[in-house]
Amino acid sequence: MVKKLTILFLSLFINISLINSVLSIEADIFVQSTVNRAADTLGGDLSKEERIEELKKIAKETVDIYGIGMYSLGSHRKKLSEDQKKTYKMVFENYFLKSFSSRLAEYSNPVIEVNSKEKINENYTIVSSTLVATEKRPAIKIEWRIYTKNKDKPLIRDLIIEGLSLARTQKEEFNSIILAANGDINSLINNLKNFSNE
Amino acid sequence: MFKKIIIILFSTLALISNANSGSDGELLLKKNDPTQIKDCWEGFNRASFSLNQGLDKVIFKPVAKAYRTLPTPIRSGVSNSLDNLSNVVTIPNNILQGEIKKAGINTGRFIVNTTIGVLGLFDVAQRMGFPEYEKEDYGQSLALGGVGPGCYLVLPVLGPRTARDTVASTLNFLGGDAWYNVTVKNDTHHFSDFDYWASKGTSGIDFRAKNYDSIENLQKNSLDFYASVKSVYLQDRQQKILNSNEVIESMDDSDWEEIEN
Repeated sequence: MVKKLTILFLSLFINISLINSVLSIEADIFVQSTVNRAADTLGGDLSKEERIEELKKIAKETVDIYGIGMYSLGSHRKKLSEDQKKTYKMVFENYFLKSFSSRLAEYSNPVIEVNSKEKINENYTIVSSTLVATEKRPAIKIEWRIYTKNKDKPLIRDLIIEGLSLARTQKEEFNSIILAANGDINSLINNLKNFSNE
Repeated sequence: MFKKIIIILFSTLALISNANSGSDGELLLKKNDPTQIKDCWEGFNRASFSLNQGLDKVIFKPVAKAYRTLPTPIRSGVSNSLDNLSNVVTIPNNILQGEIKKAGINTGRFIVNTTIGVLGLFDVAQRMGFPEYEKEDYGQSLALGGVGPGCYLVLPVLGPRTARDTVASTLNFLGGDAWYNVTVKNDTHHFSDFDYWASKGTSGIDFRAKNYDSIENLQKNSLDFYASVKSVYLQDRQQKILNSNEVIESMDDSDWEEIEN
């Protein structure tokens, strides 16, 4: 009986481990597949509007928009009221998707090669890649900060282009806007709304 | 006159420095953290930034756009020559930073590229297996010597910098740049002032052309372009001072850690 139970327990344990290893997605594979999806969209026969919509869909599935939004607020996020938090979440998502898709939509057939990955801790892995050079510009080194807390659904939290962090740049930009309005976060919310409505 | 310049230089340095010759990597990282660098003259800086944007629109952007249409070998040749010329500032700074081996490598690179590489047009040294070239300047050497960055500053035409880097760049005109010495400072009969200023102008155009799409993209998607450029510039300076492209080394993760999803 004990032997049977042990076998049952062991096989259950092995099954769970196998399922976990199959389900968990490696950060570098996740980046390469995301890049391939974006490249297919950009290199396809879609109109510019269709491309933008498709890129937005990819971003919603692969980027931690809420996390980036909160990070971008820096210490100001602690001052947000519940109402402001709700509004900010909505306007930031619109702003992010518009900015993200319009940035990418300009490129056609970008080739990104994933080179390596480095696990910082349980929550973060940095994936290194290269945007291959073209006639117009040299090769560009891009690092991806991948949030891996949920192993089954890794998410992009930052792009570091030639050592320059997009999230950090955005955070300092938002801070400048908030400070110029004497710490009023509504000023930033209005700026984000205006950007999305342009 | 020279004495006066030296006195001004040292008193400014004394003002911006936190004399600390034994600064380790962590202190260096903290000291040059973009968020810690104050924008003391924001009004002046924003006005200067607007002026530079105007100049960019009228002069630099169109010239850079035209420059991008030149065949790749020509642009690469120009870029290689400018990089090769910058060795004359990099090498003394390698020595100031105690990087004697790098100084030797860069001297070898300069000799090979100037001779076999036809005045630097071809980067023969790279093909021979020399390590990747990293530019160094007097601002980086001062930072490594423990001098703090001081306030952020945007100068007309010259663009963003820190107080430390502005003071440091005057060293180029006080004998620290061999190219300046043989073109402007001394009458060598081989070069003229024009050669120096033309190389500086071309360097600006080459930089604008290489970063054409990135700058356009950043401008188009910024809510406050001035703040974005400031952040990008200061992050880049921090990386250069640390001589690191490693994300992990140069980014404070603590703010990310707080954010749960």
